[in-house]
Amino acid sequence: MNRSEIIENYSDIVVTKFSSKVWSTFLVLGIIVYLIIAILSLDILQIHKKWSPERASLFALDTYAHKDHVTMKWSEPNDIIISFEGSRWSQYVGPYQKSDGLPARYPEWTSIGPEGETKISFKNGGFANLYNDKVTIENWPNTQETLVFRLDAQGKPYVENADNLPKWIRVTENKIEVRPSLYERVQIYSKKVEVHRYNLGWNYFWFDFDSPLEPYGIWNAISLSFSGDRIDPNISNFSLLIQEFLNNDMWHHGQILWALLETIFMALLGTLLAALLGFPLAFFAAYNITPFKFVRTILRRLFDTLRGIDFLIWSLIFLRAFGPGPFTGIFAIAITDTGTLGKLMSEAIENTEEKQQEGVESTGANKTLQHRFGIIPQILPIFISQTLYYLESNTRGAVIIGAMGAGGIGLQLLGAINTGTSWENVMYMSLLILGVVIFMDTMSSKVRRALIGDETLGAELQLAKMAKK
Amino acid sequence: MQSSLPKNLIKIENNLKSLTRTRSIYSFLSIAALIAIIYSGLIVAETGNATSIWVGLPKFFDYPIDLFVGSWEYGYRWNLLLLEYLPDLISTINMALFSTAIGTLLAFFLSIFSSRNLIKSKTTVLIFRRIMDVCRSFPELVIALVLLYLLGKSALPAVIAIIIHTAGALGKLFSEAIENVDKNPIEGLESCGASWFTRIRFGVVTQALPLFLTYTILRFEINIRASTILGFVGAGGIGEQLYTNIQWKYEADTIAIMFLLVSTIIALDYLSSYWRKSLIGLKS
Repeated sequence: MNRSEIIENYSDIVVTKFSSKVWSTFLVLGIIVYLIIAILSLDILQIHKKWSPERASLFALDTYAHKDHVTMKWSEPNDIIISFEGSRWSQYVGPYQKSDGLPARYPEWTSIGPEGETKISFKNGGFANLYNDKVTIENWPNTQETLVFRLDAQGKPYVENADNLPKWIRVTENKIEVRPSLYERVQIYSKKVEVHRYNLGWNYFWFDFDSPLEPYGIWNAISLSFSGDRIDPNISNFSLLIQEFLNNDMWHHGQILWALLETIFMALLGTLLAALLGFPLAFFAAYNITPFKFVRTILRRLFDTLRGIDFLIWSLIFLRAFGPGPFTGIFAIAITDTGTLGKLMSEAIENTEEKQQEGVESTGANKTLQHRFGIIPQILPIFISQTLYYLESNTRGAVIIGAMGAGGIGLQLLGAINTGTSWENVMYMSLLILGVVIFMDTMSSKVRRALIGDETLGAELQLAKMAKK
Repeated sequence: MQSSLPKNLIKIENNLKSLTRTRSIYSFLSIAALIAIIYSGLIVAETGNATSIWVGLPKFFDYPIDLFVGSWEYGYRWNLLLLEYLPDLISTINMALFSTAIGTLLAFFLSIFSSRNLIKSKTTVLIFRRIMDVCRSFPELVIALVLLYLLGKSALPAVIAIIIHTAGALGKLFSEAIENVDKNPIEGLESCGASWFTRIRFGVVTQALPLFLTYTILRFEINIRASTILGFVGAGGIGEQLYTNIQWKYEADTIAIMFLLVSTIIALDYLSSYWRKSLIGLKS
C-alpha cells in the first residue's frame, strides 16, 4: 500500500478533520494571546528593574555567612567596639581598651600595631588599620600602595592619595565605601568608621556568644558532658549542654524546635480529627447506606460548604475564637478536611461492590456487621492513602496557617523575614521545614506502600479504578 | 471434643487463634499510639495556645456574628461591594492561571527527564526527582516571602513561588503517569524507526494526556487558593483586600470578599470535578 492508498482507505484515522484543525488553531492562538496579556498585566517584563543584584547577593551571603563588626567613633578613637553581627549583646569584651593592652578574649584577626593602631586582617591578605586620626588600608589585592582616609576640616571623609583609585572604592560626599569583594567592607563616615569582616558558616550555631560552653566547641562539649569536671558547679555538664543549646540567644533552638513541634501537631491532630469526623459522616452521606434523602443532601451540602470556605477563612474565624496558637490551626485543618474526606469517602462507599455485602448478609449478619465486613475492607485502602496524602499536604498548610497568625514555625519564619537582617535564621528554619515536609512525604508514601502495596494514585483515579472493577 | 477433631483442623484452629491474638495486639498498639498522639498533641496545643479550648469554643460564632451584624448595618448597598472587588478577584485568578500554565509546562519537561521508561541514565532521573522534591516541599509562602523582600511588593513573587511549587508537585504526578503508560505503542513506534521526540509525542503524550489534564485542573483549583493566601502577605489581588479590610474592621467589605472567594472556589470545584470525571471516564 502506498501513501495515497492509505489516506484513501483510512481517511477517518489518518486525515485530521478540518473542524478539529480550526479548533486546535484557535486553542493555540487563544493560549498565546492569554499568555501575552498575562505577561503584560502581571508586570513580568519589569522584573529586571525590581531585581537589585546587590540586595540579592547580600541576602544570599547572609544565609550562609556571618560577619563581625569593628566600629570606631572618631570622637573616641580609643574605644573600639568589636561585635558579632553588630549586636549590642555580643561584643567581644565590652569597650575594647587599647591602653590596657589586649583583653583576654579578642578575635585572633585583630592585633595592635607598632604605633598603637588596631590592625584588622582580612582573608584576602590585606589589613585595615584604625589610627586615632586616620584609617589606612594596606596590601589589598590589585593595589600596592597604602591608601589613607582622613576627615577634612568640615568633618567629611576623603582619600589622601585620591588619584587612580580602584573601582571598588566608592567616594560620596558623606561616606567612603571600600568593598573589593562581598567578604570585606570598610565604611568611613564623618562620625565613625565601620569595618565588616565576613566568614563562611553559621557561627555560634551550637552555643551563643555568652555561653560558658562556647569556647569548647560542640564536639568537645559533648565529650565533656560524659566525663570531666563540671563547668558550672550547679548542674551536670550534660544538662548544661542541653540547656545552653536550647537557650541559644542567636539561633533560638528551643523556641524554633518547639514551634516546629506545634506545626507538626497542628497537621497531625487536624488530619486525625478530620479523619475521625469524616469517616463516619461519609456513611450517612452515601445512598447505599442511608435511605433518607434529606439526610444525605444536608450532609453533602455541609461537606461542600466546609470545603468551599477555604482554610484561610476558617483560620481567621478560629483565630478570633482561640487566639494565636495550635488550636486555631488544628480546627481550621480539621474542618476543611472533614469536608474533603467526607465527600471523597461517601463517593468511595457508593462505588463499592454489593456482592461482598450480600455475601456477609447471607451468613445472617446484621446491618452493622455487613458494613463492617462488606464495605469497610473495600474502602479502607483509599481512606488510608487519602488521609496520609492530606497529612503530608497539611504539614505544608500548617506552616502557612501559622504565618497567618496561628503560631508555630510559620510565624517564627515570618518574624525572621520581617526583620530583614537575620537571613541565616530564615535559611535555618526553611531547611527545618523542608526536612520535616520531606520526612512526612517519605513516611507517608512508605506507610501507603506497606499497607496498600500500590503506587500513589490520586483520589479520582482510585475511584475510577473501583468503578471499572 | 477437641481430641476427636482431625489433626490438621486443630492446627488450623491454633493458627487462627494465634493470628487473632497478633491482630488484637496490633490493633491495641495502634489505638494506644493514636491516643498517645492525640494526648500529647493536646498538651502541646494547650501550652502553646493563648486561649484554652474550653474558653475558645463558645466564642466560635463571635466573628461570624460580628461580620453579619456589621454588613447588616451597612445596608442594601452591600451587593455593590461585590462589583467593587471583582477586579481584585480577576487579578487573583489571573495570577493562578498564568502560574498554572507556566508551571505545567515546566512540570512536563521535568517529568520527562524523571521517568525511568524514557531516560536510560539513572543519575539523570535521580537528579530531576530530587529537584522536583525540593520544589514541591517548600511551602509557596516561604519562597514568596523571600522573593517579596527581594523584588518588592507585587504579584510577581507570588507567581514565581506558585510556578516553582506547581512544577514540583505536578512533575511528580506527571512522571508517575508517564511511568504507568502502556509500553506497546512506544515499542511499536520504535520499531518503525521513530525518533525519541516522536515516541514521546505519539507514544506517551497521547496516552497520558487525560491524566495530565486532570491533574492540571486540580492544580489550578489549588493555585487559586494559594494565590489568595499569598495576597495576604503582599502579592496583591483579593487576598490583600481581604487582609486590609479585616485589619480595618470593615465587616461589610470583608464579608463581600469572603462571599466572592467562596463562590469562586465552590463554582470551580464543581466545574473541575465535572471535567476531571469526564476526562478519566468516570462519567460517560
